Amino acid sequence: MRFLLTYIKTVFQSLGSLWKGMKLTGYYFTHHKEILTQEYPENRSTLVFGERFRGEVIMTHDQNNEHRCTGCSACEIACPNGTIRIISKFEIDPETKKKKKAIDQFVYHLGMCTFCNLCIVACPTDAIKMGHEFEHSTTDRKSLTKILNKPGSKLMKGVEE
Amino acid sequence: MNNKEEIEDLIDSHEEDFILNVGPQHPSTHGVLHLKIKLHGETVTDVQLHMGYIHRSIEKMCEASSYRNFIYLTSRMDYLSAHMNNQACAMAVEKGMALEIPPRAKIIRVLMSELTRIASHTLWWSSAGLDLGAVTPFFVGFRDREDILDIFEETCGARLTMNYNVPGGVMYDIHPNFQRRVKEFMKKFNKRHHEYDELLTGNVIFQGRMKGVGYLSPEDAVSNGCSGPVARGSGVSCDVRKWLPYDGYENVQFDEILETKGDCFARYQVRMKEMLQSAKIIEQLIDNIPEGDFQAKTKNVIKLPKGEFYSRVETARGELGVYIISDGSMNPYRIKFRSPNFCNLSALKHMTIGGKIGDLVAIMASLDLIIPDIDR
Amino acid sequence: MKFIYDFSYLTTKIHNWLYLHCSNLWVTIWEMVIVGLCILLLFVVLGLTFVYMERKVAAFMQLRLGPNRVGPKGTLQALADTFKLLLKEGLTPSASDKFLFYVAPFIVIIVSMLALAPIPFAKGLQMYDLNIGVFYVSAVSSVSVIGILMVGWSSYNKYSLLGAMRSGAQIVSYELSAGLSLVAIVALAGSMSLNDIVESQRTGWWIFKGHIPAIIAFIIFIIAGTAELNRAPFDMAEAEQELTGGFHTEITGMRFAMFFLAEYVNMFIVCAIGATLFLGGWMPFHVGHLEGFNHIMDFIPPFVWFIGKTFFLVWVIMWFRWTFPRLRIDQLLTLEWKYLMPISLMNMLLVALIVIMKWHF
Repeated sequence: MRFLLTYIKTVFQSLGSLWKGMKLTGYYFTHHKEILTQEYPENRSTLVFGERFRGEVIMTHDQNNEHRCTGCSACEIACPNGTIRIISKFEIDPETKKKKKAIDQFVYHLGMCTFCNLCIVACPTDAIKMGHEFEHSTTDRKSLTKILNKPGSKLMKGVEE
Repeated sequence: MNNKEEIEDLIDSHEEDFILNVGPQHPSTHGVLHLKIKLHGETVTDVQLHMGYIHRSIEKMCEASSYRNFIYLTSRMDYLSAHMNNQACAMAVEKGMALEIPPRAKIIRVLMSELTRIASHTLWWSSAGLDLGAVTPFFVGFRDREDILDIFEETCGARLTMNYNVPGGVMYDIHPNFQRRVKEFMKKFNKRHHEYDELLTGNVIFQGRMKGVGYLSPEDAVSNGCSGPVARGSGVSCDVRKWLPYDGYENVQFDEILETKGDCFARYQVRMKEMLQSAKIIEQLIDNIPEGDFQAKTKNVIKLPKGEFYSRVETARGELGVYIISDGSMNPYRIKFRSPNFCNLSALKHMTIGGKIGDLVAIMASLDLIIPDIDR
Repeated sequence: MKFIYDFSYLTTKIHNWLYLHCSNLWVTIWEMVIVGLCILLLFVVLGLTFVYMERKVAAFMQLRLGPNRVGPKGTLQALADTFKLLLKEGLTPSASDKFLFYVAPFIVIIVSMLALAPIPFAKGLQMYDLNIGVFYVSAVSSVSVIGILMVGWSSYNKYSLLGAMRSGAQIVSYELSAGLSLVAIVALAGSMSLNDIVESQRTGWWIFKGHIPAIIAFIIFIIAGTAELNRAPFDMAEAEQELTGGFHTEITGMRFAMFFLAEYVNMFIVCAIGATLFLGGWMPFHVGHLEGFNHIMDFIPPFVWFIGKTFFLVWVIMWFRWTFPRLRIDQLLTLEWKYLMPISLMNMLLVALIVIMKWHF
């Protein structure tokens, strides 16, 4: 008799637990406001990033096409796997007529970058920062090697102190 | 099938058993792991593990980097507890420098670690449901994980491989929105945890798949070096946060969850309750973050004195140990990681023999392995 | 438009027109051709509809949108999938048993087509009213297990063999419970012919008239039907996470599409039988002898009632799939032999008692 009672109780308890699970999915089926899907290529204009989002390294230029990079190579040393390479040259400063080291090309290999942020932290003049571009895929490998300083740009005055 | 003589009898006697390869590419081994199973009908008589398919020589690469630069590699070992991996390495380097980090940095590290623990357990729950055939828990769990990853993205800049802990503290101060968003998340989380129970825990089919399956005795757990929820499900008390508190865990109230049954369902229950304990820790700390620096001042180039330094941390899967041997120069001489998943995996053989193939899947789901952590 | 309510107007018109123009033999042959074409059309429409419905139902239960790019709201997704399957290469493992491998998909399709014969889609729209309709459907659907075993064996693959063995054991066991639950309604209605069963529900559906035993029989039928179809939570035979494909690991291209299609049409058949026996088939919702209410319900054409009830049961079976985890093979068989079978037998005794004492409505 006891066996029969436990048997029937088991049957009802099992059905009850199954029904609880079904109620939850039934709720999600009928309430469409819970849907989380973001329709990607159409919602590009409304995407929101935090300001610290690590997209790719970019060098900030102001309106006069000037940047803040002195060529000190702190980022090149801080980078763990050699993604950054600074090629510098000597140029004559027009005011003091002295030879000064300036940056010629800031080579950045996007294909090797691990987005670890150590270069941004190491830079003493705030010359580079992390941009928000995340769609980097391309069909041509050469376009992954970027030169970060724009052509014709030079160092902003008063940056080195 | 728990009688020892019966099991040995089963293993030795049959010649017409056949060998099945599970993996390395398989939907349910959580990574690239190759298991060779010997089957007699539906019963498993032997399991051989072949690993190393994702060996990336992380330890060797660390020898070539400086003490600041090797930390980002460890995010990719056990990628679901990335913060805790980075914390272990940063702690080892700080031990070498004998550096004391400011209290604000300690509390931020604890908050990030506990959020990572909740995120990791949520992903584990989703994939446990998926392995056993229920597809809906996958999406329900990931919805909660998305909220946590958005919080990480705002403060640290990245969602999975954060590289936020540095020797001396943390890389940036927390974002002004951090406290508000974490509090909103906590309000939603307690309600959603109840949904997890409705969907899987109370379900009679799920309990039938997990109860009584994959028994691990406490002696086997200790002799194989298991730690984390795997050992705590068999009754072995081994939480590093309780036994050797580090980085701010001394002043936090939480319970260590122990279950004595030792089967898959016990390990499942340990992780579900740990999520609630992490939520308790976060609620205690979120309003009481002390003011101050978020990073202690260190020299530009870190050099550790000659010697050996070890630090241990409780990740979501067990105890991670970082062992640094330094010879006084800028690069470490040798770094060794004691990975929790490696030891948890070695207990697989004890649990699987005598069960069925369906049990193998349930056991792998309850062990919560991350294969890149085993192979590094 | 009178034929919406009674299709026998249309069928007798076609029959008379054919009679005028051809001899007896040709009338039969032309009618068979027309019916065959209708069944093929039904297969195609059902396949496309169910594929789309499954994906949309799954998506809404999982907090996502489902297919919404191909065609308006994703309605042409099934066509795109069919096109893709047509273009795929049909591989045959070199060591397989070629004859069995080629014949297996045809067996499952033929079985599905045969089982559609006695189902009444609407008043007058039935292929052939057998006087042993229920028995015929049960018997014919058992033959499909041979197709699965054939493909599992001839694939020359350990995974397929394991899957096919599991599937064979499962289908054979669950047929017992399914059959016994149908017997309950046959006892209440007094006839095995599907048309008679539908007519006997003119005063109300059997699930309401034959109260407790009918409800128990309905629940058992739904569970056993899901198991017969190899669908979750009983889909150990094709469990992806364990056997990477089960019995259809080695089938590709159009052959796979045939198994897939046969499974969906089997689902339609199980739900149609359930709707006919328990929920009244094409009979509108009548309550006893309330003439006014019954007359209002009659305005909706019987075809719409039938499709509505069948699709409701299909939705319930899909609901099961996307909520529950899978049962292990020995738990599956335990459920059948220790729980469903004794309860069905007790239910049969209960129904016999109720019919004799006339305690049903």
